[in-house]
Amino acid sequence: MLAFIARRLIISVLVLFGISILLFAMLRWMPGDPTEALLDPLSFTGDREAALADLRRRLGLDRSLVVQYFSWLREVLQGNLGYSYVDGRPVTEILGDRLGATVRLMSASVFIGLLVGVPLGIIAAIRKNSLIDYFSSAGSLLMISVPSFFTALVGIYVFGIKLGWLPTSGQNTPGETGLLDSLEHLILPASILGLSLAGPYMRYVRSSLLEVLSQDFLVTARSKGLTRLRVVGRHALANALIPLITVMAVQLPALFGGAVVIEQMFAWPGMGRMALDAVNARNYPIILGFVMFVSILVLLSNLAADVLYAIVDPRVRTGQEES
Amino acid sequence: MTVSGHGDEHDPEFIVSTDLAPVDSSPEIDTGVDPEDEGSSGELSPTRLAWKRFLANRLAVAGLVILSALVILCVFLPVVMSLEPNAVDAAQFRKGPSDGRPLGSDSAGRDVFARLVYGGRVSLLVGLSAAFSATVIGMALGAAAGFFGGFVDGFISRVTDVVLSFPTVVIIIIVAAFAGPSLKVLILSIALFEWPTACRLVRGLTLSLREQESVVAARGLGGRSLHILRRHIVPATIAPLTVVATLLVAQAILLEAALSFLGLGVPPPTASWGNMLTESQSLTILESMPWLWIPPGAAIAVAVLAVNFVGDGLREMADPRQQR
Repeated sequence: MLAFIARRLIISVLVLFGISILLFAMLRWMPGDPTEALLDPLSFTGDREAALADLRRRLGLDRSLVVQYFSWLREVLQGNLGYSYVDGRPVTEILGDRLGATVRLMSASVFIGLLVGVPLGIIAAIRKNSLIDYFSSAGSLLMISVPSFFTALVGIYVFGIKLGWLPTSGQNTPGETGLLDSLEHLILPASILGLSLAGPYMRYVRSSLLEVLSQDFLVTARSKGLTRLRVVGRHALANALIPLITVMAVQLPALFGGAVVIEQMFAWPGMGRMALDAVNARNYPIILGFVMFVSILVLLSNLAADVLYAIVDPRVRTGQEES
Repeated sequence: MTVSGHGDEHDPEFIVSTDLAPVDSSPEIDTGVDPEDEGSSGELSPTRLAWKRFLANRLAVAGLVILSALVILCVFLPVVMSLEPNAVDAAQFRKGPSDGRPLGSDSAGRDVFARLVYGGRVSLLVGLSAAFSATVIGMALGAAAGFFGGFVDGFISRVTDVVLSFPTVVIIIIVAAFAGPSLKVLILSIALFEWPTACRLVRGLTLSLREQESVVAARGLGGRSLHILRRHIVPATIAPLTVVATLLVAQAILLEAALSFLGLGVPPPTASWGNMLTESQSLTILESMPWLWIPPGAAIAVAVLAVNFVGDGLREMADPRQQR
């Protein structure tokens, strides 16, 4: 087990290197110069070319790509992700500021996704080919198919404008810090992001439970005279829900993507919105820092899911596991 | 056709790491012209059986019908009607639906219905071509990884891991923002980051196909790698791959919409379903001009839903084990 974790960690580190090199090269080869965005052509007077060159030199952008990469890497290994081009603040500090809001939004979404998706999947599997199964299967496809920004528009229209029940912007009403107020702000964006997760969760639970239910030991349990409910609750569910861990880990990158859109629409002060702003301002250090952060998180959660999976399911042999 | 059904007894230990359970469907793998297809007397050929399974899935058939209708409407409506998606008319500023303009007009006084039809062309084009390119890239890399094994496999598999742990939307936003929004950039960047699913599937299939007698025989007869890949491996992966390709189409349409919505996809004035929604981030439009945002949003939802229904039908068709 330890050897397995060690091997996976080494691979993860290699993958991280790959990501950073790819991203670094990509950012630098793209047309578009961050210094252009930093000097406002309207308010700036004087020798623009000289000022740009000076800025490039100060930001280290005049050095070769390889030199830039290694100086960046050296800082990263010491825990320094660089400094924002716009206001000079350390990237780690900026990420830290935004992390809380994103974690709050994402964990609430996952919670809502599980709350909706898992029971629906279980009911659909138990009552296979019933009307409930039909509707929840179609419903889950609907949740997968409708783009979240459109659900968000509908949600803002219905609950924010027409009914006036929920606020549609920010984490708090300015000046308020109450728990109720933040919950009110959280509920709409989190439900919309959560519904897009509930679809895949539901489909996964349904097919996984169906497969388990057809296995011999459950047929035996039924023929022993155990009730349907008992069979499902005691025996089948545990087996069917374990793989959900993997599904949740695999969906993490997509969740970050969804968060970018939702944070933008709800003026949520999280990392997704920060990333979008950084892209528009060509703020390389923040983009790099954000993608590296997400990648590390994704790799760690994949590893954690595999380990957890091996612990709860002894049938998984980690010894000869391959990719 | 060379890939035939005698497969499984030979290699009991293949562990195909895909969730699509492809190998057991080897009769269906044969997608080419099936000699049994003509004059089938009583006995149904695998292809006919698969079609029967697809047609029995009412949602899948509905999806196919809706999708075909959408494509036909978007392609042929401009031919039979005169639609002006980019004609600006200041007198028509954000006017509601009227006789001449069933869906009203937008902030530049353009006909929303015309833009919806032309936008559909763009959105479907991006979805189809991006998904097709992603599938081709994935197929090529997956076949190479599975067939050659060793270093090639290790390298391609690691690259797949890298791409899979990227937050795709964020990366495509970065690419689109830096390279400047254009149709070409959009299609290419979706393709460049969406291929891993196809790659993993084909790699798994190739690993098992490589051991099949037909392939072993072809190699024994001195067949070159490229020839074996083209004649024996790639054709056998097409059927399972269509399932993945269909789901990629849905994914690509959604990505296009999200990116265009954020202003990083299809550049104006060209209409796409996604960029028609960009304006509706304004509360005024959202509140009092539903004709501007409900039609494009509903169009995306219907199109993606239809594609997903078809994809589900194809999945069941390709995998007879999964009973409904």
